[in-house]
Amino acid sequence: MANLTTNFIGIKSPNPFWLASAPPTDKKYNVERAYEAGWGGVVWKTLGSEGPPVVNVSGPRYGAIWGADRRLLGLNNIELITDRPLEVNLQEIKEVKRKWRDRALIISLMVPCDEDSWKDILDRIADTEADGVELNFGCPHGMAERGMGSAVGQVPEYIEMVTRWVKKHSRMPCIVKLTPNISDIRKPAEAAKRGGADAVSLINTINSITSVNLDSFSPEPMIDGKGTHGGYCGPAVKPIALNMVAEIARGAATAGLPISGIGGVTTWRDAAEFMALGAGNVQVCTAAMTYGFKVVQEMISGLSEYMDGKGMVSTAELVGRAVPNVTDWQFLNLNYVTKAHINQDDCIKCGRCYAACEDTSHQAIAMSDDRTFTVKDDECVACNLCVNVCPVENCISMVELPKGAVDERTKRKVGDYANWTTHPNNPSVTAAE
Amino acid sequence: MSNSPNTPGIAKARLPVAAYGNNFSDVQPVFDTHEARVAADRCYFCHDAPCMTACPTSIDIPLFIRQISTGTPDAAAKTIFAQNIMGGMCARVCPTEQLCEEACVRETAEGKPVEIGRLQRFATDTLMAKGVHPFTRAKATGKKVAVVGAGPAGLSCAHRLALHGHDVVVFDRRAKAGGLNEYGIATYKAVDDFAQQEVAWLLKIGGITVKTGVELGRDISLAALEADYDAVFLGIGLAGVNALRAAGEDLEGVRNAVDFILELRQSADKSALPIGRDVVVIGGGMTAVDAAVQSKLLGAQSVTMVYRRGKEKMSASEYEQDHATQSGVRIIYGAAPVRVLGSTAVEGVEFAYTTEGAGGLELGERFVLKADQVFKAIGQTLVAPPIAQDGAKLVKQTGRVWAGGDCAAGGEDLTVTAVAEGRDAAEAIHAALTA
Repeated sequence: MANLTTNFIGIKSPNPFWLASAPPTDKKYNVERAYEAGWGGVVWKTLGSEGPPVVNVSGPRYGAIWGADRRLLGLNNIELITDRPLEVNLQEIKEVKRKWRDRALIISLMVPCDEDSWKDILDRIADTEADGVELNFGCPHGMAERGMGSAVGQVPEYIEMVTRWVKKHSRMPCIVKLTPNISDIRKPAEAAKRGGADAVSLINTINSITSVNLDSFSPEPMIDGKGTHGGYCGPAVKPIALNMVAEIARGAATAGLPISGIGGVTTWRDAAEFMALGAGNVQVCTAAMTYGFKVVQEMISGLSEYMDGKGMVSTAELVGRAVPNVTDWQFLNLNYVTKAHINQDDCIKCGRCYAACEDTSHQAIAMSDDRTFTVKDDECVACNLCVNVCPVENCISMVELPKGAVDERTKRKVGDYANWTTHPNNPSVTAAE
Repeated sequence: MSNSPNTPGIAKARLPVAAYGNNFSDVQPVFDTHEARVAADRCYFCHDAPCMTACPTSIDIPLFIRQISTGTPDAAAKTIFAQNIMGGMCARVCPTEQLCEEACVRETAEGKPVEIGRLQRFATDTLMAKGVHPFTRAKATGKKVAVVGAGPAGLSCAHRLALHGHDVVVFDRRAKAGGLNEYGIATYKAVDDFAQQEVAWLLKIGGITVKTGVELGRDISLAALEADYDAVFLGIGLAGVNALRAAGEDLEGVRNAVDFILELRQSADKSALPIGRDVVVIGGGMTAVDAAVQSKLLGAQSVTMVYRRGKEKMSASEYEQDHATQSGVRIIYGAAPVRVLGSTAVEGVEFAYTTEGAGGLELGERFVLKADQVFKAIGQTLVAPPIAQDGAKLVKQTGRVWAGGDCAAGGEDLTVTAVAEGRDAAEAIHAALTA
């Protein structure tokens, strides 16, 4: 079995599956249950400053969207940072870390944006023996209104400044957690790096309203008839998170900066994808909140099986493997030509490919009287929509035309690699002549 | 009462009283909202959907299922009723496994079609339970149409005519409207007096008068109807029953299955219905299945259904056959009755195994099944045709007289086909009256 032991910025854990800072990691009881279930690490739910703890709403904190059988696809929350006294949290962190030395334990922090506040909280956690800190610059609700969380994360200069304070007042490895509620994720990552961060973690949750009650006309989750934007997470956000991780992994200024991947990790496969795009480990929340801590066991066995199948002996071999293949549109090979092919043996004749192509694409699928669907190569632009809407996996595939073959649509032979930067239709190419 | 399934002869109350309620309850209960959402999610919303083509009434199945999946079952019901005003009954009795569900692409893909019939019932039951009639009658045209037969064809025709603003009088020889929906379908398929509820709901369109206990040829004549009305629709069904043409057919204990099914449907206390200990049902259609299964449910000890041809030729669907065998009915394929045995009452039936020969069925080895009750279910026939025939059935139109349903030529003898034919005749009548 593959060795899943992970060393992330010097923090060792028996596997790359950490629980993200969130309700599941709010107290000793939950965290110990997580470790018992097999989680490799935990980021303790965000601690605030000494003083009266924050107050949470006593109505619904979560909203969700579901598939037909109530499969939870996306979750949002308006819960704030820990509402338990700081001392209680610190005491429990100490106890847990002493008992579970082989597991990672990171403390998430969020205090007001001044150096004293950060120095103070860092001093208070210094003797917990925690493995590191994660700076919560991500939470988009509630705390942001008070100048913390994503209010900091949306201003790269603040990120850099606070990170610098943290590195100045603490020797602990420092992870900066980023908000996706920003137009270019590379800027906050670069700022974190400049400030001395050892790693970034992303994504935190996305501003969202999960639904609107059409009887009371209140957004969900609803508190006494009103709602506010919450942080969206779960399987639905994974594609957004993957892109942001990849942007940092391949960014000129951020390449090599360790990343803890977060955002909709639900299965071993999701985790492997984040890792292939450069994440050294992953953090999970919604999957655990949906199914309980036991899900980690499938993640462990699945990732092991995959790595064994690929002959990988350590997670380091997986991390970043897909990064070189993420590129800009302008570098995509415009002479890569594929055509949709429908396997008639697998086709169940639902006609969804036909409806999609005929109504919304390129009229490249023919339908016969006996409901045989065939691709018109002279019309097919290889958009892949038919593949995506086909309910039968692998029934429709995109078949690559070999070099030298004639594309029936353009009547041109398939040539060598060539991209937009040299394409005759590119005005900047013409301008340069 | 100390009768049991073992009591010899034909006896009532073979089962504990409580068993009857259970046995004759809804054979397939209606989906709850969540089940419906999950089942609806399986629909692929096919382009030019095969299920829709397979439906004799051409219900827009993908649309109504999508309407269920988005939480609007009333809209779904309207989609159904726009094509098939008896969509509620059809959802219960349609052989969906031979129609829409057979054509479903998921049947092709996995052998598990979308449960279209049950989804249809969910939608139609939801709307009907509100007592809402979803259509509004057009302005009265002043035209009058007579409909003979208050079965699925006649009621469907009457509803569509009324919708277009015509005045309709429906005549039926029986005491209640509904036709086979009321008198000819297994009890467990239409519980809670559904056929009558459906008639009452359908009549809410207005403009329809139902006159029961009036028989064509006895109380009224076609000539008189033609004189008094602008058009006539005949949905008179098949009132006759084919004879076995085997010796002993007249012995005590030999009955037509349709009479047995009718009696069962109309009786409030099933425990009062006598049933044989050893029941033999002869035939291979849905009537035979309904009779056989209900014999078992009434407490018969052994029920054997005998069909003269092979399984693949049987008109009862595979689903119906499975339902019969799961209910404890034994099915013998490829055996024809030779004679009914007994002196005054039936004691058994002698059969001969059959093989398909060049000149038809050839009889082979004989065997005898013990029987104290025999139900004949070998098909129904047209009686006293009031207009010209096309083969064994009525022509679909002559002059100002239209015909539809089981009595008319073309289409299968199914409730859903009758509804389609009644509806289409109404459109033809409407076109003729407004031309």
